[in-house]
Amino acid sequence: MGEILKLHFDVDGDDFTSAGEASAEVKKKLRLLGYSPETVRRVSIAMYEGEINMVIHAGGGVADVEISEDCIKIVLEDHGPGIENIELAMSEGYSTAADAVRSLGFGAGMGIPNMKRYTDSFNLESTVGVGTKVTLVINT
Amino acid sequence: MKLRDLSAYLQLEPIQVSDDARDVVGAYTGDLLSWVMTRLEADFAWVTIMNNVNVIAVAALADASCVIFSENAEISADVIEKAKAQNINLYRTVKSSFEISYMIGKVLYAE
Ligand SMILES: Nc1ncnc2c1ncn2[C@@H]1O[C@H](COP(=O)(O)OP(=O)(O)O)[C@@H](O)[C@H]1O
Ligand SMILES: [Mg+2]
Repeated sequence: MGEILKLHFDVDGDDFTSAGEASAEVKKKLRLLGYSPETVRRVSIAMYEGEINMVIHAGGGVADVEISEDCIKIVLEDHGPGIENIELAMSEGYSTAADAVRSLGFGAGMGIPNMKRYTDSFNLESTVGVGTKVTLVINT
Repeated sequence: MKLRDLSAYLQLEPIQVSDDARDVVGAYTGDLLSWVMTRLEADFAWVTIMNNVNVIAVAALADASCVIFSENAEISADVIEKAKAQNINLYRTVKSSFEISYMIGKVLYAE
């Protein structure tokens, strides 16, 4: 059994410019550690979508990443507005993103579907008025 | 094909070039980032009119060869700065996304 590498990121909520920095950092790390391009790609896409969601829908949050030999686990947690109808939010094309956010190329309603597609395990817990926690696991 | 050969053939305007000796093995055209992210592969050229900093983040995650801004899109200083920091090659063309994609297809996928 190999050891587990833990990374923690604060994802800034009022800055679109830095959105994606945490996933870029994780991508770099995984590459250095020699994970397959396919694994790196899946982690990057899933984590970027989660990171972006915290920025555009929740005013930021934190990301905790655990890298081990057989899987990469990403926990994204925020204290934003929460999601009222989780089932609806998980469906393709559903988005509550504002026009300003859409004009930046976000808000296609593909974020959560992408996270599901690129992970081996996806879990979303959300309480309105409390926040949202997304747990993603990618097996290597 | 090498990026420098592709950009010469397409007569692209270089905006920020870190490494034009890299390969271009395919291309993708699109503006919705969540969509592009799943289609853009490593060493692909990406044609888009989207011109904000998040484009650089997506290009970096996908490990794209370059971003080609179509329709003479305006490119801000912070986009260029971020691209420089992440070694993302940026070019621009006055052509439409369709026209430039058609030309890329002709040269890249020609037998
Ligand atoms: N962290 C979050 N906090 C609050 N709402 C969220 C969060 N993540 C997603 N949502 C809600 O779920 C919807 C669907 O998310 P997603 O599939 O990523 O699409 P998009 O981000 O393009 O709107 C969002 O429009 C939003 O209403
Ligand atoms: Mg999203």
